[in-house]
Amino acid sequence: MDYFLSEEQQMIVDIARQITDERIVPRRAELDEKHEFPRQILNEMAQADLFGVPIPEEYGGFGGGCLDIALTVEQLGRGCIGVGTAFAANFLGVYPIIISGSEEMKQKYLPDVASGKKFGAFGLTEANAGSDASGIQTTAVLDKDEWVLNGTKQWITNGGEAQIYTIVAITDRSRGPRGASLFVVEEGDPGFSCGPKEKKMGIRASSTTELIFKDCRIPKDRLIGRAGTGFITVMKTLDLSRPGIAALGVGLAQAALDEAARYAKQRQQFGKPIIAFQAVQHMLADMAIGIESARALVYAAAKHIQQHPKDMSKASAMCKTYATDVAMKVTTDAVQVMGGYGYMCEYPVEKMMRDAKILQIYEGTNQIQRNVIGQELNKEYS
Amino acid sequence: MKIIVCIKQVPDATDVRLDPVTNTLAREGVQSIMNPYDQHALEEAVRLRERLGGEVVVVTMGPPQAEEMLRQAISCGADRAVLVSDRAFAGADTWATAYTLENALKKIGSFDLILCGKQAIDGDTAQVGPGLATRMGVPYLTCVQKVREATGTGLIVERMMDDGYDVVAVDYPVLLTVVKNINEPRVPSLKGKMKAKKAEIVKLTAADIGADPACIGLPGSPTKVVKVFPPEGRSKRATLTGTLDEQLDQLVEKLIPYL
Repeated sequence: MDYFLSEEQQMIVDIARQITDERIVPRRAELDEKHEFPRQILNEMAQADLFGVPIPEEYGGFGGGCLDIALTVEQLGRGCIGVGTAFAANFLGVYPIIISGSEEMKQKYLPDVASGKKFGAFGLTEANAGSDASGIQTTAVLDKDEWVLNGTKQWITNGGEAQIYTIVAITDRSRGPRGASLFVVEEGDPGFSCGPKEKKMGIRASSTTELIFKDCRIPKDRLIGRAGTGFITVMKTLDLSRPGIAALGVGLAQAALDEAARYAKQRQQFGKPIIAFQAVQHMLADMAIGIESARALVYAAAKHIQQHPKDMSKASAMCKTYATDVAMKVTTDAVQVMGGYGYMCEYPVEKMMRDAKILQIYEGTNQIQRNVIGQELNKEYS
Repeated sequence: MKIIVCIKQVPDATDVRLDPVTNTLAREGVQSIMNPYDQHALEEAVRLRERLGGEVVVVTMGPPQAEEMLRQAISCGADRAVLVSDRAFAGADTWATAYTLENALKKIGSFDLILCGKQAIDGDTAQVGPGLATRMGVPYLTCVQKVREATGTGLIVERMMDDGYDVVAVDYPVLLTVVKNINEPRVPSLKGKMKAKKAEIVKLTAADIGADPACIGLPGSPTKVVKVFPPEGRSKRATLTGTLDEQLDQLVEKLIPYL
């Protein structure tokens, strides 16, 4: 379907598509098998200016909105959502600076992010704080001109690969959620280290590690915004980033349908291609319906969010939930259409199915997203 | 440092048909792309400019629709583009093409380096680069697979040979034709695409470059295509080893059956 993209948006799509087809698709199986971080591919994406897409123009970017970045990652998702996750998580790490950072902080970090020289990561999750962010144990205490951080973050995307980490830490436990603050920690800061790379079911091209803070001392001006505003910034960050996860799902599902449909045309059983059988046709039709409706919702939600409306959390949660549920269903069905071949590592759909699962879990599980939507509805109808 | 890259629009190699009457390639209705070897020449030019400064100018002789390819070249890093286009150029063989490019380049002005792809994937002649250099009176090196060193005065390059490569030092001005393993061409950048959209493409006609009508297009082309067919495979090659006497013995053994 034609979504009447602007000329600039079409350029972004064309570049991301070319990188996906020429650089990501030929290497994705190897990256997956070796758990290899796609440094070279990310460098080429930087060279093609894709890291500048959502960075404001005054800091060397293109000032693109939520839709522009969704269009970019949708294409990457067609190739490998491990690579797409590494790319998207970079912005997850940087959005807090864009949303709440001081002018000096933006000047210091954003131009290097836009050029791809520096890479971001976002540290919220801990062993006892996932869906329930109020369980955060990491603390930050002001000691003269320095903040001292202690604690451990878990399952942090781009851990060990990023240079800029935005970290949620408790600065005043007595104030509950209003006692959390956000900080920038840089690679090489004293007392900061990353754990070994986790082994994962999917998105193996992305790096996932612990972040360990042992009396990690950082300058006072690394606090993002005011102390105590951490959660507000985190919520705004996730509202902005979730359509990106949804778009990864759309791209991934599209790739799975492409594989399954091509296979169904060429696979002969009972004397005809299996696409001639209604049982297979209906599966493919349902896949196509799911993908197109998810894409339409993601684009609409992304455009809506760009206006910073009151109900952006709901719109963001709806597109994330729907598109990632579609991705799980479509990739599973793609394996089914391809039967035994689909289950073999020689074909790409088994990886797609393994990869899809994380989309329903990270950046807020789909159950938490439904809570957000439900609570918003409860408010709207009061 | 001023670098000129000669590029050509060619039919996409996956979709090649022959015109049954003229025995030449049927170009109508076939998707056009930038000749793949030329993409590598452009990439090398952009890399050299990134290291040494200066300017990369892309030039093509072709129909008006070649403008699209020139914009693509700008999106991949070229600074400016020149389209040499005239109905009178139609039907040019490699001889007439080299003449036309020579005159266009003289119009464009001085240069340090000319880069071309080794050959175009449609005609596969590999003649235009050397032909152009000869006409311009500059030395040329073909099948360059690596630029080892580049300075403001010259280059040290590796020239691919059948059995290895030569290392050649050369001063500017010089023309190089490049092979595919010299580099991996970049994906266009967003800034490049935006620049390409707005870029003004300079257009030169036969009159603009002062070309002699008898030397361009079909009238200026001595080549007549009689038949097009895939070449036979190369003859077998073997390397003899051992002392000189041993090698001579082996050689005699091999030659005897042909006596």
